[in-house]
Amino acid sequence: MFLTISVYLALIIFGAGVLYKIFMWFRSSISIGAADIPFSRRIVATFKGILLTLASVKIFTIFKVFILDVILNRRILQEDVLRWLMHLCIYGGFVLLLLMHALGQYTSAVVFDNYLSTINPFFFLRDLFGAVVLVGIAIAIYRRFIAKVPRLMTGRMDLYAIVLVVVIICSGIILLGTKMASYTVYEQMVADYTLLDPEESQALEAYWVQEFGVVSPTAQGPFDAETLAQGQELHSMSCAECHIKSQWAFTGYGVARIIRPFAVWLDGLNARGVLWYIHFFACLIGLAYLPFSKMFHIIASPLSLLANAVMERGRSDPAVIATKQIMELDACTHCGTCTVRCSVGAALEEIPNINILPSEKIASIKALASGRKLTQSELKAIQEGVYLCTNCYRCTVVCPVGINLQDLWFNVREVLLQRGLPELSLLSPLSFYRGLMSGEMTPRDYNKPLMKARKAIADKSGIQKEQDQVVPLPRTDREFKSRLNLSAQASTFSVCFGCQTCTNACPVVAQYADPQEVLGLLPHQIMHACALGLRGLAFGSAMLWDCLTCYQCQEQCPQGVGITDVLYELKNVTVEQMGLQTSHRVSAR
Amino acid sequence: MKQYALFLGCTIPARLQHYESAARGVLDRLDVRAIDIKEFNCCGYPLRNINFEAFVLLSARNLALAERAGLDIMALCQCCFGTLKKAHVLLQEDKSLRQEVNAVLVKEGLHYEEGVEVRHLLQVLYHEVGIKMIKKHIARPFAGLNIAAHYGCHVLRPSTIVQFDDPVSPTLFDELVGVTGAESVPWQRRLECCGAPLRGVNDELSMTLTNKKLEDGKDAGADYLCVACPYCQIQFDTVQGEGGMSAKGAENHRLPTILYPQLLGLCMGIDTKALGLEANQVPITGIEGFLAQGKKGRSAGSSQPREAGRGKGAQKSRREV
Repeated sequence: MFLTISVYLALIIFGAGVLYKIFMWFRSSISIGAADIPFSRRIVATFKGILLTLASVKIFTIFKVFILDVILNRRILQEDVLRWLMHLCIYGGFVLLLLMHALGQYTSAVVFDNYLSTINPFFFLRDLFGAVVLVGIAIAIYRRFIAKVPRLMTGRMDLYAIVLVVVIICSGIILLGTKMASYTVYEQMVADYTLLDPEESQALEAYWVQEFGVVSPTAQGPFDAETLAQGQELHSMSCAECHIKSQWAFTGYGVARIIRPFAVWLDGLNARGVLWYIHFFACLIGLAYLPFSKMFHIIASPLSLLANAVMERGRSDPAVIATKQIMELDACTHCGTCTVRCSVGAALEEIPNINILPSEKIASIKALASGRKLTQSELKAIQEGVYLCTNCYRCTVVCPVGINLQDLWFNVREVLLQRGLPELSLLSPLSFYRGLMSGEMTPRDYNKPLMKARKAIADKSGIQKEQDQVVPLPRTDREFKSRLNLSAQASTFSVCFGCQTCTNACPVVAQYADPQEVLGLLPHQIMHACALGLRGLAFGSAMLWDCLTCYQCQEQCPQGVGITDVLYELKNVTVEQMGLQTSHRVSAR
Repeated sequence: MKQYALFLGCTIPARLQHYESAARGVLDRLDVRAIDIKEFNCCGYPLRNINFEAFVLLSARNLALAERAGLDIMALCQCCFGTLKKAHVLLQEDKSLRQEVNAVLVKEGLHYEEGVEVRHLLQVLYHEVGIKMIKKHIARPFAGLNIAAHYGCHVLRPSTIVQFDDPVSPTLFDELVGVTGAESVPWQRRLECCGAPLRGVNDELSMTLTNKKLEDGKDAGADYLCVACPYCQIQFDTVQGEGGMSAKGAENHRLPTILYPQLLGLCMGIDTKALGLEANQVPITGIEGFLAQGKKGRSAGSSQPREAGRGKGAQKSRREV
């Protein structure tokens, strides 16, 4: 009764969890346009899209992707053979165990009329499948904890998943081993299925102790050949029909051998009863917890693979894309492939914002999409992380579950930028992609973040806009000057003698009739400001951010001043001082 | 056979795949082996505005990977080239910086010891393969084709670092264009920036610079612009192309842009599919009409194959070589 209730309870939690998750796919959004699309429209559009796809020739694509990518994990194989083996072992072994063993009475018993878990092939296969899962887990543990793949992060979710699978499989195997060795179980079976006189029962017991791994408190052998022969005869009459040799279940038998010295004691404690409960409830917990754990990818990842095989930005209905993007967040297995292959991932060592790594961005974006209140510094960290991306598409190309990460970053970036926190990375070549994509947004949405960033710098530098106002002469900032002097790229500023060749060579300066009006200090003036240690004047100049880095100035400088490189250093210092890389950057979670 | 670690960077695989396929096609014919190193990351260029150490680290990681493979690097992108080269020199000159970087790289089992040369595709073609050798592979030279060769900033300057060619009057690219039978026309703004670095940062300024270059190239009588950098190529193409930033005045000077390996590949008779001639926003397929025994005489944009000047132009450019 209690067990039945537990099973139903786990099923109810599982079902409710899955429904809740799916509900959220239609409810949450992480792109600017998507927030305005009503819930009902997203549901209708999605189901319409699914039906239309299934009725079109795309059904063949779906079929192909299902076989190659969902079942055979082709995308993992393309990236890493070891990981493919790991995943195939864990999921293949688990699915087979689920079908043959856990749901045995509904599947195996129906398909095979001779189904009995203690005879072959079922006895051997059950053990084999368990062993296959264990091999997969061993590879997973090796990958996460021993191989030390650079930047592959292991979170709580990954740990829980590994622990849960380990508990389910190991408790099963140990349970089997304990049962094999258990004298109580043996006695029970003898009482139920045989009618033996004392001599016969001694012979049978000797045979089972010798051959089947039963640990008897009295009979420990060695036994004489005659007794064993008699035991074998009795065995073939009464037991053999339902019992194949224990050795066929090699892992279980191995456990039985290992626990041999204390098997009687364990039997007395009813260890197998305890283990059965552990095994049973671990499975139920796994089931109930599934929608809330990374194992939910079992449901979401195939959907992501199939959806991305037939959907495309610009072609598919935005209402469906909005839903797909939330679903993709659940499809992520935190496998870390994107992070390992990320073009800028290695920068984490110098810019310790974990959100640089694609696999970790996902976790932050999940928090963002859930509508949870995030602090300013958390938002800043996510924003910086999603912007430090060269848009090389590698993450999207390698994602084993086919998530369109590139589009995800693009959307999240714009959502965050619109919130108004200034992002200085916008004023770097990282924005080339955003520039190419400017047609995707309104001019207002496009320009606002750029203006915010520039304004934030101007405000910080305290430069006076009013041209005619008398400005008190600032003091020399020695700290600033010595930092520039020590910099590997900027130390040449001090030899500038103000000839203006750089300014005359600059193609940006040449664009304006009154360049100072637009650009603030011009290159030679910036060099001079550095020499005077006038931090505010140097930083406040728009020239810094409108520099093409074409090196015309530096090439022509008669004094060998690395003007472009000095400008680079000044930009670095500004970014640093604007506090965009705060101490909170380490984790957004 | 010469061999290099091919450094593609981020932009080419994502947005300009045909630059890669065209370059591979050409290199293959010229017996230069381009080897892939899967672990390569961003060169560091886009991070230079943000964090010096991050830029050096990313560059150094690439250099270390090439060093481990025992290969020199060949970059297709000029920004990648300039950045890797800069890091190369910095790490050579500054021992403490190198130590710092190595202390980080060692976590991945990497180490860099200044042993890697960084080259741009054009340098490899010019210095390693040589004009003579390339000439032997030209099956159908161009005739009467005027090309405005756009050098690109980051291969030319700072010359002390990149050591590509004379920064004031370079000829390397012109000679490489000349070998195809096309004429490399002189134009005033040939050494100036394409405008791409400010794309997305200050679009108006970026576009003004691009338009001025295009106008100048057109005025100099060029039929096509020739480039060897993904940023320049995308910038010139999208500014003129539909969608992009075509709004202001760009339609006055349609000067289609072609990547150098596409230009060279055409003369070598490499399959036009591999060269990606169809991938441009402003079509360039018409350039086939300039090939000496060209069969397809389609026109590209405003540029028409000029029958009259054909033989003369071809002769002249051959003389130059």
